[in-house]
Amino acid sequence: MADTSTTRRSLASLISAQRGRGKLHWTDVFTYAYLLFGVLLMFGPVIWLVMSSFKTPSGLLEFPPTFLPLGQIEVQVDGHDKPLPLYEVTSQDGTTRQLAQVRRIGIVSQMVDPQNPDTTVKVPIDQRTKVREFRMAWENYTDPLERFNFVSFLNNSIIVTVVATLVTLLINSMAAYGLSIYEFRGRNAIMLFIIGTLMIPITVILVPVYLVVTKMGMINSLWAVILPGAATPTGVFLLRQYMLTIPKDLIEAARMDNASEWAIYSKVVLPLAMPAIAVLAIFSIMWRWNEFLWPLIVLNRSEVYTLQVGLNAFQGELDVQWHYILAMTVVTLIPVVVVFTFLQKFITTGIASSGMK
Amino acid sequence: MAGGKGGSSGVSDRVAAVAAWPVQRIFGLLEYPLAAIQRSVGISRMPWIFLLPNLAFFGIFVVVPLFINFAFSFTGGTELFLGNRVYTGTEQYEFLLDCETFGDPTTCREDRFWKGLYNTAIFIFFQVTFLVLFSLITALILNREIRGRGFFRAVFFFPVLLSPVVVALIWKWVLLRDGILNAFLVSIGLDKILFFVSPEWSMFWAVFVSIWAHMGFYTLILLAGLQAIQPDLYEAAEMDGASKERVFWRITLPLLWPNMLVVIVLALIKGVQIFDEVFVLTGGGPGTATQFIVQYIYNTGFTEQVQNFGLASAASVVLGIILFVLTMTQLAATRARDNG
Amino acid sequence: MKYKIAKLLVASSLAATLMTSTALAETELRMMWYNDGNEGEVIQKIIDRFEAENPDISVVLDVVPYKSIIESLPIQLAAGEGPDIARVTDLGGLGKYYLDLKPLVEDSAYWEESFGPFLNWLAPDSDQISGFMTQLTVTGPYVNKTLFEQAGVEMPGEGATWDDWATATNAVAKKLDIPIPMAWDRSGHRVAGPAIAMGAKMFNAQGEPALVDDGLKKMSQRLYDWHQDGTMSKELWGSVSGSTYLGANEDFANAQVVMYMSGSWQIPQFADKIGDAFDWWAVPAPCGDAACTGMPGGAALVALKDTEHPKEVAKLMDFLAQEENLAEFYGETLFIPGHLKLATGGVDFATDDPRAKHALETFSGAVPGISPVAFDLQGYKNNRIMFNALISRLNEAIVGELTMDQAYERMEDDVAKQLAEKERN
Repeated sequence: MADTSTTRRSLASLISAQRGRGKLHWTDVFTYAYLLFGVLLMFGPVIWLVMSSFKTPSGLLEFPPTFLPLGQIEVQVDGHDKPLPLYEVTSQDGTTRQLAQVRRIGIVSQMVDPQNPDTTVKVPIDQRTKVREFRMAWENYTDPLERFNFVSFLNNSIIVTVVATLVTLLINSMAAYGLSIYEFRGRNAIMLFIIGTLMIPITVILVPVYLVVTKMGMINSLWAVILPGAATPTGVFLLRQYMLTIPKDLIEAARMDNASEWAIYSKVVLPLAMPAIAVLAIFSIMWRWNEFLWPLIVLNRSEVYTLQVGLNAFQGELDVQWHYILAMTVVTLIPVVVVFTFLQKFITTGIASSGMK
Repeated sequence: MAGGKGGSSGVSDRVAAVAAWPVQRIFGLLEYPLAAIQRSVGISRMPWIFLLPNLAFFGIFVVVPLFINFAFSFTGGTELFLGNRVYTGTEQYEFLLDCETFGDPTTCREDRFWKGLYNTAIFIFFQVTFLVLFSLITALILNREIRGRGFFRAVFFFPVLLSPVVVALIWKWVLLRDGILNAFLVSIGLDKILFFVSPEWSMFWAVFVSIWAHMGFYTLILLAGLQAIQPDLYEAAEMDGASKERVFWRITLPLLWPNMLVVIVLALIKGVQIFDEVFVLTGGGPGTATQFIVQYIYNTGFTEQVQNFGLASAASVVLGIILFVLTMTQLAATRARDNG
Repeated sequence: MKYKIAKLLVASSLAATLMTSTALAETELRMMWYNDGNEGEVIQKIIDRFEAENPDISVVLDVVPYKSIIESLPIQLAAGEGPDIARVTDLGGLGKYYLDLKPLVEDSAYWEESFGPFLNWLAPDSDQISGFMTQLTVTGPYVNKTLFEQAGVEMPGEGATWDDWATATNAVAKKLDIPIPMAWDRSGHRVAGPAIAMGAKMFNAQGEPALVDDGLKKMSQRLYDWHQDGTMSKELWGSVSGSTYLGANEDFANAQVVMYMSGSWQIPQFADKIGDAFDWWAVPAPCGDAACTGMPGGAALVALKDTEHPKEVAKLMDFLAQEENLAEFYGETLFIPGHLKLATGGVDFATDDPRAKHALETFSGAVPGISPVAFDLQGYKNNRIMFNALISRLNEAIVGELTMDQAYERMEDDVAKQLAEKERN
């Protein structure tokens, strides 16, 4: 493992040496075109979602959609209590002017000139277009967040994520240690069993797990979300594969020094397995943070809602409110993005070096 | 025990340090009882002590539910607790397997179960093929000496961290009738396409979106394999004057094969389990064109007014048997790899 | 130092949340609720007043996604882990979990007078009192009147048939280049009304469900044809599968639809979203051969049997069901009252939008004209089985996976299978 970076460097110089010599090989063009397209494909939809989440409901309905969120300008006109929406009106002779709409009756709208509010003009509705300006519809965010106890949801989500990840790391690394450092009868059977459980989609055993959790009296407690997923087959598998690469001499040496098995695990093996543990930690954080279906079933009291459950509570029977859905999706996305920007190097090199071989 | 190798930034170091402190303290405290246990059971039984917590969790939250699930499949009715349910023998299985011809789901009593199985098979075929293909291409490209490799690697990995629901919502928002993709089509003079009305397009986007979401992970596994290939092999090949294509087919691909195998098997397993992403994206439609097997189980057990746990469990047992066959394939493959 | 603070924070918030809160001196009632609009805020306001009057009772409103009400609540109830009170739409289906409030409320006569027929929906087999309707809904179409005016097509009037409307909306759409002449919610409940109008009986002489008959076939065939000839867009019914609900409210609000078959619950959001951008107009239910009817429906607030505090639950339900509180609730949410006295003009709806007012009048006015078959179907406790079978199979026929005859066969089969499974208990 330790020589990966040198390997990479010499390999790199090899490849660049192959293609160098001034002129571009077609593979270079392809490479950068592919990468550019990749960036567009991976980030484009996400950015589009974020931009859309700042649009008003009527802005979302527009086609063709505008890239920036726009809102109609409203003006205060003398003699009217409420601000009136501003339109650009094209008259018969082709001139345009900006008028404020008082009301619309059928296919004719009554409009006034904001500078000259006394005379009302009648304009057919297909001769007017909205005058708009750049405006972020923050209410998509503030409305639902004010209605809910956002801080409590966030707190619950953080607790679930942190506690579950700690439990997962502890028991999975212990199991991986047991399965990688020792040779004992039944080791392969257990490994087989653990890999076997990798294949079971949680959706399929939702009801039986619910029964177990009910019998344990954990409904409506965060433990019901934390515990069932703690023993992850992926985690055990990943950590074990990594620990297998740790030289046995190190462990023998520690035993010579009279270290207990626990001390070897916690002071020798764990620190060496850090890259793999980091990878599992990040995956665990993401799994827990994103979990939706299971918490929805076991948590039905608002004080224990996690963010994913709480932020979906506005989804009614009959009305799909895209402006809220988009905004709340962005809210749940933020921590993911933050974690990712800070830890991306850690994650990507970690997965690469922990090998999954 | 903080950090790892490879220039982690100051922030993550500090985060790791804060996280490590209580961990070290707890581990320190645990040492005395565990040393005592070691003295009493002896070192040869220690692996079991280490395995115990994990196996206990597996037992309670996986094995017991699996048994309950199995028992459910021999019962009927709508009661939740096993003791109240009516024993029906193998009736639920008979319902599932009641077909005139297995090739045509419409002749089956549970037509949606079979439709779900066939759809899943089609999905897996395309998804795994193209997932592996694009992961390989991306890994090969990221393995080249390019500027900003770390950035690009991160770009492709990013969607792996999103939840299935979010992934589906992101793409649904792009693909709607008045979405940005259709705006683009109109702007270049084409007609709008109602993607979710066409069975072919729906399946295409189901496959596409799931590749989009998972490709980064598999790319990294393949990238790790590529970087482990000894450079002297390439050097030797170059001296022999081998063409690039030949190098790829004769050196790169065979040496990458173990990682390819991991990718293929993992992708297969995840493919069978496909559910939330596609459910939020296409709703399983149009008709039943993208309804997969896990969705059938979920619908049967949850969304219908009569929540039919018995039939859902029987279907999941049948699915389990299929997965078991896949596991065996994986094992055989692993063994072949280890021997080779 | 910094680490210590961080540690402390982690430890304290952990302790606070993981320990389940110790019982308070007061009684705590849990009410599970979902929102389509502003009803959560309005009910909270009324609950606050209740809590002020009854300091020993606290009520917590647990707002959940609607999905939870349909999918998780039945399992929670079966496991004995449900809330004390819940807002539900599967009115009869969950009946066995309801608490009988009859001996507990102060004046059961008031309940019977005010909620008479609806109590029957909640408990078809007995005369128990379990709750009240938070809203009565009536299905029916909206039209974009402005489009009719622009196209110069006359709107079919009272007594027009579905075929008249199909012709008229097609004419409008053709003239103005509107993509969707007619859209229906993707819901079996929505199809049931027009099917009954065409003569569907829904039940046989013994009162057992008999979904497929000539009336239903007539309507189904029309829906099939309309999807093939472009009167209806496949977008709504052609995408998604099974019984998944989809509405065309966004398209209607965006003036992409001439006529939209939905129901009274759209009023608040149309008032909000469309405003005066065009005249959205509720029209009376179009006619078939047998009747001119929509379907009644709605959501109810019900007390649940497993509660540990039946007395307090009854007290709260009594309070919420009082005429002035319900008048306030229906008025501010723009819901059609599920209270007989309030239904005849006792509610002052909090809107000055003439379109919303007209729509509320139209739908309230439609209630007396609803076919008895529709009331029976709504009151039938397994009606969701029928609705789901109808919509999912009809849909598979429309997208071409089944022929219409196969679809009818499957509908009957689906209903029979699920009823048989239920009978096993």
